[in-house]
Amino acid sequence: MSDAREGILASFDYLDSTVDAIKGLKEKGFEEITAFAPFPEHHIEEALGYKHSPVRLFTLVGGLTGAATGFALPVFASLDWPLVVGGKPILSMPAYVIISFEMTILFGVLFTVVGVFWNMRVPDLKSDVVYDPEFSAGRFGIYVTAPEDRLQEARQILESNGPSQLQDDPKARSHG
Amino acid sequence: MATVTEQERAAQTHPDVRQYGEVNTDILRMLSRPGKWWWILLGMSVAGIGLLAFSWGNQLIQGIGLSGLNSPVGWGAYITTFVFWVGIAHSGTLISAILFLFRARWRQSIYRAAEAMTVFAVMTAGLFPLIHLGRAWHAYWLFPYPNQRLLWPNFRSPLVWDVFAVSTYFTVSSLFFLLGLIPDIAAARDQTKKGTLRNRFYQLLSFGWRGTDRQWHHFGKAYLFLAALATPLVLSVHSVVSWDFAMAIVPGWHATIFAPYFVAGAIFSGVAMVITLMVPIRKIFGLEKYLTIRHFDAMAKLCLVTGLIVFYAYLTEFFMAWYSGEDPERRVFWNRAFGSYWWATWIMLTCNGMIPILLWFKRVRHSIPALFVITLFINIGMWFERYVIIVTSLSHEFMPFAWAVYRPTFTEMGIVIGTFGWFAFWFLLFIRLLPPVAIAEIKEVLPPPMRPRKDRKKEVTT
Repeated sequence: MSDAREGILASFDYLDSTVDAIKGLKEKGFEEITAFAPFPEHHIEEALGYKHSPVRLFTLVGGLTGAATGFALPVFASLDWPLVVGGKPILSMPAYVIISFEMTILFGVLFTVVGVFWNMRVPDLKSDVVYDPEFSAGRFGIYVTAPEDRLQEARQILESNGPSQLQDDPKARSHG
Repeated sequence: MATVTEQERAAQTHPDVRQYGEVNTDILRMLSRPGKWWWILLGMSVAGIGLLAFSWGNQLIQGIGLSGLNSPVGWGAYITTFVFWVGIAHSGTLISAILFLFRARWRQSIYRAAEAMTVFAVMTAGLFPLIHLGRAWHAYWLFPYPNQRLLWPNFRSPLVWDVFAVSTYFTVSSLFFLLGLIPDIAAARDQTKKGTLRNRFYQLLSFGWRGTDRQWHHFGKAYLFLAALATPLVLSVHSVVSWDFAMAIVPGWHATIFAPYFVAGAIFSGVAMVITLMVPIRKIFGLEKYLTIRHFDAMAKLCLVTGLIVFYAYLTEFFMAWYSGEDPERRVFWNRAFGSYWWATWIMLTCNGMIPILLWFKRVRHSIPALFVITLFINIGMWFERYVIIVTSLSHEFMPFAWAVYRPTFTEMGIVIGTFGWFAFWFLLFIRLLPPVAIAEIKEVLPPPMRPRKDRKKEVTT
């Protein structure tokens, strides 16, 4: 980030003021916004314009990998030691469906967990980020960074929505 | 904070919780003061683990002969208790995943504890295959791995399916549990003093969670996918467990009804166990605001529905034995009801079939002590159900000369009782270390705080 950027951290008590402030910032072309919430709030996500999460791709790829592995493993094992058990065919496909089913879910879940951590960019213990412990209790927050000359405008939008607290951050920090 | 009418408030899931911050203080308070009862229960659970260690250690040294297992009853109290604990584990994922997909908003208060119960119940169940093996140090033979003898497990065997199903279930339910905990651990981190051991522990497990829009967005989607994957998994796991029996030709086991019958039984016993655990927790920690009568009513209804399916399955089993005209099948079921194990069968029928009938009455569903007693009976009944299915069938197979009566020995009883201590130990640690009620998700069902508006007439500012 360039040196000429500054940040503001605003806390809000009310959900609608938070959403209005985000919408106001977005309208005026501010894009570097991080919103904080104590629980998943879809109004905030909508105001920020989120659509699909790439996590679903991880889930799909994981599931397919698992399904393939779950078939490949018993097929390989049965051919590697072709022993007739109970008069059943060497490749007893119906039985392998169960292994495949369980592996689909196992891999799907493992990939999803990797995908969500990757996309949430956690664990991220090094980066210098803004945070207020109130955000996990009951408050909403907005952190916006902008070039020095536009900061006044952002401050006005935030202030017009009645924040409970407004902090200047002279050196813009990472949005994490 | 929020402005809502009294009427609106009464319709909410948690009418007495008024502010977001209140949730944090109320729930996180549980982590700070354990109280006398917690220590007493922890002492009892440690004693249980001691009993488990002594009995199992003894069996490891002297051999599996210390158990009552012999021909023809090769599966006894160990497998019974394995199925019992796997069954208990099912309601956690039902409540956290299936009810999540169905948007049942009453799940919020109970799902965390139910999920924890799932994880610890699978951990307990997982001990039994090892115990039952006798030579527990060979347990890794169950898994397919390249070995010097070029041998692979028999993938046609339900026992191998079970290895895959149960280990997948343990992995998935633990990950689901830990992922859901992250925002709440962050809340706990923010309320503990910096630099303390507890704070560092929460800092580590919260993975630097800040509740940003990006984090919530991906978290929400991942949670949905995990729920969607966990849902068929729950149903499959107990189906696979049931096939451990149903795939064999033993009379009393070889029935197509087994998979749905076992899944319903698992959820029945699991929900009963959730109620049994939640009643004392609610009392000890004063969580009346979060676990309202409405929550218990909903769980009791779930119990009633699954209980009816189970009872129907019992009757179907007896009917099919008679209707099939198969002599060995008829003998097994006659023996079940009136033979050497008549007492176990009638305990099962009374606890799982008769007593839950009381749940039809709203007065019973709304009485916490009544629910506690009824669910205790259900827990006992469900243990006996598995005992009846496993032991009575094996003791009375095709050949009359091979019939025999199995009795659990002291070693077996010690291990079975000991595992309750092992389960309780983990559960007690959990309610002291991790937020046992989902902080973030309760806020989701609370009315969001809105700016005070002047145009509303009948309003109560809170």
